[in-house]
Amino acid sequence: MDHFQQSLNKTMDLRIEKDPDDLWDDSKVIINIGPTHPAMHGAFRCMAKLNGEVIESSYSEFGYTHRAKEKLGENRTYHQFVVYTDRLNYCSALINNVGYSMAVEKLMGVELPTRCVWIRMMASEIARVADHLICIGISAVDLGAFSFFLYGFHQREEAYTLIEKLCGARLTTSYTRVGGLMHDAPDGWEKEVKAWAIKTRSVIDEMDKLLTDNKIWRIRTEGVATFNKEQCLAYSYTGPSARAAGVNIDLRRDQPYMYYRNVEFDVPTAQNGDSFDRYIVRIEEIKQSLNILIQCAEKIQKGPIWSEDKRVRIPDKDVVYNTMEGMIHHFKFFMTGFDVPQGEAYTQVEGGNGEMGFYIVSKGGPRAHRMRIRGPSFWHYQGFDPMIKGKLIGDLVAALGSINVIAGEMDR
Amino acid sequence: MSDVRTPIPSNGGDWLPKFGGLWKSQIEILKDKFSASIEEVMFPGDDPTDVPVVYVKKDSIIEVLKFVKDEAQFQYNFLADYTAIDEEAQPRFEVVYNLFSHSKFSRIRFKVRCGENEEMPTLIPVWIGANWAEREIWDMFGIRFKDHPDLRRILMDQRWVGHPLRKDYPLRGYQVFTTPEPIDPKLLQD
Repeated sequence: MDHFQQSLNKTMDLRIEKDPDDLWDDSKVIINIGPTHPAMHGAFRCMAKLNGEVIESSYSEFGYTHRAKEKLGENRTYHQFVVYTDRLNYCSALINNVGYSMAVEKLMGVELPTRCVWIRMMASEIARVADHLICIGISAVDLGAFSFFLYGFHQREEAYTLIEKLCGARLTTSYTRVGGLMHDAPDGWEKEVKAWAIKTRSVIDEMDKLLTDNKIWRIRTEGVATFNKEQCLAYSYTGPSARAAGVNIDLRRDQPYMYYRNVEFDVPTAQNGDSFDRYIVRIEEIKQSLNILIQCAEKIQKGPIWSEDKRVRIPDKDVVYNTMEGMIHHFKFFMTGFDVPQGEAYTQVEGGNGEMGFYIVSKGGPRAHRMRIRGPSFWHYQGFDPMIKGKLIGDLVAALGSINVIAGEMDR
Repeated sequence: MSDVRTPIPSNGGDWLPKFGGLWKSQIEILKDKFSASIEEVMFPGDDPTDVPVVYVKKDSIIEVLKFVKDEAQFQYNFLADYTAIDEEAQPRFEVVYNLFSHSKFSRIRFKVRCGENEEMPTLIPVWIGANWAEREIWDMFGIRFKDHPDLRRILMDQRWVGHPLRKDYPLRGYQVFTTPEPIDPKLLQD
């Protein structure tokens, strides 16, 4: 038997050595993809050693957009830091704003009025839909499906128009404040959100019909870049990428924050953990988010948007300009910032890509002692090299598009 | 205001009523089993923290984390966050492990005090995903990890001098490189 095996191995070796199709003659090529390659979604690079088309080994590098946010968090007041959170996951900036404000409110023990929480919830869900639309749209563009992307992009523009009505900015929102919001939503905004959600729902169905059963799309994504449940847990995967592999965790359901208890939604999961599953989980999540938005639009009531906690309440402009106390309050608030009592807390929200965490350690005073930001993409990108090892170079693009690595929250 | 130690209301105000009993029993088990290794416990309600913080001695942290990952009463199977804090005290650093349980939905935090020139044990045998987090801690704080397979800088350039998140590193401590970082062929060897 051994003899047979040996001779078989020998023939196999010979066959490989003399393979007429092996144009590369088993030679290795090192290619450098990124940091400004169009298939890399952001400034990071991957060095891959190829044997023909097969990636034999690779290593990834990032940090090109490192802006020292954690250091800035220790040197800026809590109010000033809100703008820096926009630039984490810039596809869903509102979720970062909400997560950061929740983190500081948790440290201070600030209670919010209901309308503020509902608006924050609606803003988060609009941002999540926009985030997922850009993720599936761009990953489809990378694999050659351009018109699919335009369907999603149109709805995303509409979403940004809704966000613009909230805060005047489309991408870098800075919408939340510690203890409140920048502005109240304009009159009739809820109705517009509901109309947009219903419209987007039908567009998602169209997109679903257009791409999901497309043969080329299926071949390019099914069984590609597989990451199973054990790997997902070992690499701390969260969000849609983990749920695609059967990790049935959604912080909105399992550690409910804001009013997610009061709305009904499902958490879609898949089993294979390949590129296709990550795509289909995102499609289903968009539908669930739209459902949540419709429910929110029905439940939201008129009311105040600011906490009456004097420590964090930014005084209204008529108070500032017409009373001495209001002017001093305003001046102190913006020049020295508000004090946060000593303590530490880790606050997490379900971001577009997964668990977005803010771990703030306060020693008292207007600045944090440690401002740790846990961006899900940091952990997702770590699994990228094992994911593509032994796969074709073309699958690298499918893998990267489907895990939706955002350089902003990875580099911080 | 800085001496105000108000208890932190948990997320939505329901973590302490919901998980308080579970946390208490878990800390009892830990104190029984690792009595020599546990230095201090901070508990929400009594101390200004949102979840229990367990300070563990450096030498036994890997054992403790392995235990809480697999043991039936704990099941903290998810490494949510892994970072460090420069405390500007003796010992200088605190290394922080934020854990989450996918079955009980509770969170807990472990901390290890680590001096400036001390080495930490690596967490890679327990969670392979700790690799980059440890590289980031080395990059930002200069804490070395013993037996780490690839302890290079991760966010900063390989030629960077100093560790930016240390409190004594200046806010505008720019370092400018005119050439790109070279590819390291050693990293692509089998």
